[in-house]
Amino acid sequence: MNPQEPVIKTEKLTKRFGDFIAVNEITFEVYKGEIFGFLGANGAGKTTAMRMLCGLSTPSAGHATIAGFDIYRQTEQIKRNIGYMSQKFSLYEDLTVLENIRFFGGIYGLGDRQLKSKSQELIERLGLQAEAKKLVGELPLGWKQKLAFSVSVLHEPSIVFLDEPTGGVDPVTRRQFWALIYEAASNGITVFVTTHYMDEAEYCNRISIMVDGSIEALGTPKQLKSQMNETSMDGVFYQLARGAKRGE
Amino acid sequence: MKQFITFVKKEFYHVLRDRRTLLILFGMPVAQILIFGFALTNEVKNAKIVVVDHAKDEASRHITERIAASQYFDIQEGLMDRDRMEAAFKEGQIKLAIVFPRNFRNDLLHQNHAQIQVVADASDPNNATTLTNYVSSIIQDYQMGLNENATLPYQIVPQIRMLYNPQLKGAPNFVPGVMALVLMLVSVMMTAISIVKEKETGTMEILLVSPFKPVWVILSKAVPYLFLSLINVLSILLMSVFVLQLPVMGSWLLLFAESTLFIITCLTLGIFISIKTQSQQVAMLISLMGMLLPTMMFSGFMFPIENMPVPLQIISNIVPAKWFYIIVKSIMIKGVGFEGIWKETLILCGITLFFFVVSLRSFKIRLE
Repeated sequence: MNPQEPVIKTEKLTKRFGDFIAVNEITFEVYKGEIFGFLGANGAGKTTAMRMLCGLSTPSAGHATIAGFDIYRQTEQIKRNIGYMSQKFSLYEDLTVLENIRFFGGIYGLGDRQLKSKSQELIERLGLQAEAKKLVGELPLGWKQKLAFSVSVLHEPSIVFLDEPTGGVDPVTRRQFWALIYEAASNGITVFVTTHYMDEAEYCNRISIMVDGSIEALGTPKQLKSQMNETSMDGVFYQLARGAKRGE
Repeated sequence: MKQFITFVKKEFYHVLRDRRTLLILFGMPVAQILIFGFALTNEVKNAKIVVVDHAKDEASRHITERIAASQYFDIQEGLMDRDRMEAAFKEGQIKLAIVFPRNFRNDLLHQNHAQIQVVADASDPNNATTLTNYVSSIIQDYQMGLNENATLPYQIVPQIRMLYNPQLKGAPNFVPGVMALVLMLVSVMMTAISIVKEKETGTMEILLVSPFKPVWVILSKAVPYLFLSLINVLSILLMSVFVLQLPVMGSWLLLFAESTLFIITCLTLGIFISIKTQSQQVAMLISLMGMLLPTMMFSGFMFPIENMPVPLQIISNIVPAKWFYIIVKSIMIKGVGFEGIWKETLILCGITLFFFVVSLRSFKIRLE
């Protein structure tokens, strides 16, 4: 990890919807190859912040660069350099595994030869040789999630955004999923992940915790625990989130 | 461009893998043509009628023979008086009665004026109108025959010609109507549903995050449906020519060009709906209530627009299917060329452009 090389850099990034301030002046940096956990209770503004970073939503104020590109002016370049996996399962169920890989690779502009070798490699890595020609809808959820993640990094983005990627998945599959995340990070892909699971927060290099639209804590899990005098991330999160005024 | 082809290919996978969609796509035009062509016809055949002949002269016999010879009527034998006629009507045994007065021929030849009473069971008004029309055209036919031989042709006979549809066949009316309906259904509803489906499943977000431009996402959704709709046009036309024996009088090329225009109108409508709605059910409901119903009501295909109250007539002008219906009817049945339908074409273009601009403006490139 090279702390000199921020791939995400925000400065007082803000999003307002009328009078409501969904994201309030958040400032942070994420470095290359880092696994950055983005935590917060429901309604804290995580998803809104993430959408701004992905170029899906225009900020109301503040600055940010993603992979060196400006969030206002260079959304096209940003889109080319990021991967995205949403909390909803986001592959086509009525397409086969191979067709899904080819389609998503295709819209990112991968060439035929590249697509062929990459899809081959991906299927072998996930051990899906027997399922390659099966419809994705027939796969168990855990496999779908792993496939969705692999597809989101198929075009070798510098950052991948994961929005609660392991919702509804059993603990064993979650561990396997995190093995994939580590593998991607070790290949130099920065991972920006939101999650509700505190054990997953422990897997991250650094985490930030959002409360009511602002970042209330930022650091390694170890730092945060000692700062707040807690033995677990659960405790840290609970202490911070207790003060929240918004929520469900 | 390569990305575009990848996307269109994916859309075809979606369509071809969904049996229900396929069934609707290709089964519906066939089913509609068959239903409208053979079951829901407003042609009446072998209607049971009686002839009450008080005249029993040459003229009344001639007319009765002509009526008996037509395939529309089936004359019930047996003398009828007024009372029994009424009973037969009530029991539904007969649909129509023709009463010749005494001295029918004499009146006709000497006073140049004779009356025939035609009584129809109007509990089914459409049926009754059709039947009385048949009878009066047969009577007129006879009158004209008389006039040809008359030395003093001072008798004024209203001459009605049934333009384009001398046998009063139902097919010419419903084929263009079915075309408008099917295209509406396929292009509006299917396109709207397929875009909203991506929103619902979350794949739309993935597409919007990708470098593939949102406008292209929408366009590549429309292409497969344009293609499928054209296949539908072809299948409807082939059915109409070979099954219903209704030839296309005008140019096939013009017919396809106009159909393509109408399909594009429908696609922009479908895209418009998909932008405004968030769930497949809502999209389907709006397509059905907002598009299909007006198409049925205001295209002139089921109910004649001229008979509607003025406000409804005005409303009918914004229904694209009305103009398409006129265009198809003109080309298919009257064999009109472009010079006869350029106005309608222009109106369709205008509607398309309007919805295209509105869709484009309301389409948010960035998901807010």
